[in-house]
Amino acid sequence: MRFEIRAEPIDVVALSRGLANAHAGASIGFEGWVRDHNEGRAVIRLDYQAYAPLAQAEGQRILGEAQQRFAIVEAQCVHRVGALTIGDLAVWVGVSAAHRGAAFDACRYIIDEVKKRVPIWKNEHYADGESGWLHPDNTPVDQSKD
Amino acid sequence: MTYRVLYFASLRDRVGREEEVVAATAGDVSALYAQLRQRHGFTMAQDKLRVAVNGEFAGWDRALSDGDEVVFIPPVSGG
Repeated sequence: MRFEIRAEPIDVVALSRGLANAHAGASIGFEGWVRDHNEGRAVIRLDYQAYAPLAQAEGQRILGEAQQRFAIVEAQCVHRVGALTIGDLAVWVGVSAAHRGAAFDACRYIIDEVKKRVPIWKNEHYADGESGWLHPDNTPVDQSKD
Repeated sequence: MTYRVLYFASLRDRVGREEEVVAATAGDVSALYAQLRQRHGFTMAQDKLRVAVNGEFAGWDRALSDGDEVVFIPPVSGG
């Protein structure tokens, strides 16, 4: 079980090899990509910030919870920080398990909890020149013009 | 007492730097946020935030000690 905050690109092929295990009959990978739009606005790039020590600890806690809740063999998650462009891989979750059901469920649990709990923030830069930090529900956190 | 306060996301933009050492009379994190909110003009209410002390999540009534590292955590948006 390993959670990582990373400034460099994520190598999915290398990470996936870490899921391999003789007990595993299923492997699920989730890739979160930078999308060119949000809430009807054209997005040109993103900046991610993280409070790294706590993000690391909370991410690791989530992987531990997934292991408790689901019959999985291995789980890993890597989240990028820094400047990302459209199409970049922002977050990867990989899970292996004896059977596919637990692998799907654990993968879903991990990405959902990471988005809710891990201190990482996304600043969207829009095509019209504006930018803004986001809530989990994709509404602005703080109105810089108020 | 002095505390080391780290800022992220919209709070960092508002303050204009990543961290500062704050000399404050505030004895708990709630009072410290109130003091910094006034100083920097934060618009976010306390109930929108979480707080961490020395790298772990803490309650708003957490008593502070000299030299503590405090981080006010706006709603997160990773993924």
